[in-house]
Amino acid sequence: MLIPHPILGSRDAREFTYLGDVRLVDRPDPTGPDAEAAFCDYVFLRDNPAGVHRELWFHEQGDRSCLVVTRSTITHDILGAELARDFALARKRGGE
Amino acid sequence: MKFSGFRVFAEALKGNTGWRPLWRNPEPKSDYDYVVVGGGGHGLATAYYLAKTFGQSRIAVLEKGWLGSGNIGRNTTIIRSNYLLPGNEPFYEFSMKLWEGLEQELNFNAMVSQRGVINLFHSDSQHDSFRRRANAVILAGADARLLSREDLRAMVPFLNFDNARFPIRGALLQPRGGTARHDGVAWGYARGADLRGVDLIQNCEVTGFRIVDGKIRGVETSRGYIGAGKVGVAVAGSSGRVMAMAGMRLPMESHVLQAYVSEGLKPILPGVITFGAGHFYISQSDKGGLVFGGDIDGYNSYAQRGNLPVVEHAAECGLALMPMIGRARLLRMWGGLMDMSMDGSPIIDRTNIEGLFFNGGWCIGGFKATPASGYSFAHLLATGSPHETARAYRLDRFSRGYVIDETGTGAHPNLH
Ligand SMILES: Cc1cc2nc3c(=O)[nH]c(=O)nc-3n(C[C@H](O)[C@H](O)[C@H](O)COP(=O)(O)OP(=O)(O)OC[C@H]3O[C@@H](n4cnc5c(N)ncnc54)[C@H](O)[C@@H]3O)c2cc1C
Repeated sequence: MLIPHPILGSRDAREFTYLGDVRLVDRPDPTGPDAEAAFCDYVFLRDNPAGVHRELWFHEQGDRSCLVVTRSTITHDILGAELARDFALARKRGGE
Repeated sequence: MKFSGFRVFAEALKGNTGWRPLWRNPEPKSDYDYVVVGGGGHGLATAYYLAKTFGQSRIAVLEKGWLGSGNIGRNTTIIRSNYLLPGNEPFYEFSMKLWEGLEQELNFNAMVSQRGVINLFHSDSQHDSFRRRANAVILAGADARLLSREDLRAMVPFLNFDNARFPIRGALLQPRGGTARHDGVAWGYARGADLRGVDLIQNCEVTGFRIVDGKIRGVETSRGYIGAGKVGVAVAGSSGRVMAMAGMRLPMESHVLQAYVSEGLKPILPGVITFGAGHFYISQSDKGGLVFGGDIDGYNSYAQRGNLPVVEHAAECGLALMPMIGRARLLRMWGGLMDMSMDGSPIIDRTNIEGLFFNGGWCIGGFKATPASGYSFAHLLATGSPHETARAYRLDRFSRGYVIDETGTGAHPNLH
């Protein structure tokens, strides 16, 4: 698989370490009232969809940036990639 | 139709005209007491033990493709019971005992072959951890032996003992481990279940659950609605997709694992050998093909096919271990859907929905578990309580902090 790195262009997937579902970006508030349940959910439970999946790929053998890759788990087609930093900042601006 | 040596001989004289299909192909009834979703090894074994051991009737197995089209027909067939942790080892040893009597039990040749499993170690720390594992295995009543380099050289002289980076220091041997014919296991259980009146319904995909007031009433399928008293789901790599239809999120990701088979060669490998410095395991089938595998590809997948980097890795491990296979040609390769759980161990449990039960999370090692998984799941379905060897396989172990993490790699499904 080739991952379209937003800065470096097309890179071989084996330069990356797979970290899993992008929801890992949403770390729960450890001081929240339901923190224990929220962390259990965050650490262990996954949607695991058959279809489009947004996931974190860490460019460990490259520029060490973390990407949010959109990929089909049925065909392995990669539909897009952005820097996880941009993704998280956009979320912060848009959400909350 | 009973199988025996005499029968084979008699059929040979009659031009093999007397063989009959191993099971019926019935139309689904409107309702059953037990519906097992998934006609893989675990689903078929569950139905078999429900009927045979627990004396239940009105049972159906619903399979979306043909029987054995999933992982049961795609694995590298290794069976062993040399786990470390107390939550796992008694269960896998129970499975090994069932394997040892399986062919007589089923009157079917599943080619169970206890040719031994050798796990190599390459460093002092690995030696220590294997010694610890061997002791745990022996404490649980199973068999394990530590082999020195010299012992090993006498058994498998062709290994590359002096690899510069990963010299072989010795091995953990489980003499009772080995291989079995994967399809044969599915067919044997299917036939045994059918003979006891279980309806095996193929090309019947479950597309939804009918749940009323928190209680299961039946399943929607591609062949219409089927009512059910109890539903047991055993769909391996499709677990996430199927349980989502009951509104559940699981501690699990689906990944792809590949397997490889070479052209047929003269017998060279006495048993199963695993490399300790990379993920690689190999055995030789009775037809002569080298059957081997390595890691999962490592990203979520429902594709049942993988990519080349993992093929290359497996081939490199193989060559580091036994350079003599370098000229063997690869004949076939394929992939299967793995239900990778968050701690690498399985789940056999009830759910919050009354009458709905779940079996999954087998990761890359559920073939060896087939007999015990079917037995324990049938036990749970029929009696409502877990089998004594499967008590640790609860769904809520993650929230309670009782994970069973053999490899100690944490909540990273692609590392188990
Ligand atoms: C390449 C490879 C190598 C392996 N090597 C080993 C090994 O050496 N040793 C070992 O112990 N284990 C091994 N395994 C793991 C082992 O094969 C699995 O853990 C085990 O087979 C899973 O249980 P099963 O047999 O019930 O699964 P499956 O055979 O996959 O059965 C699940 C069934 O459910 C059906 N299904 C899915 N969705 C639906 C639906 N909606 N409705 C109806 N039916 C549905 C599927 O079609 C499938 O037939 C390997 C697996 C693979 C892929």
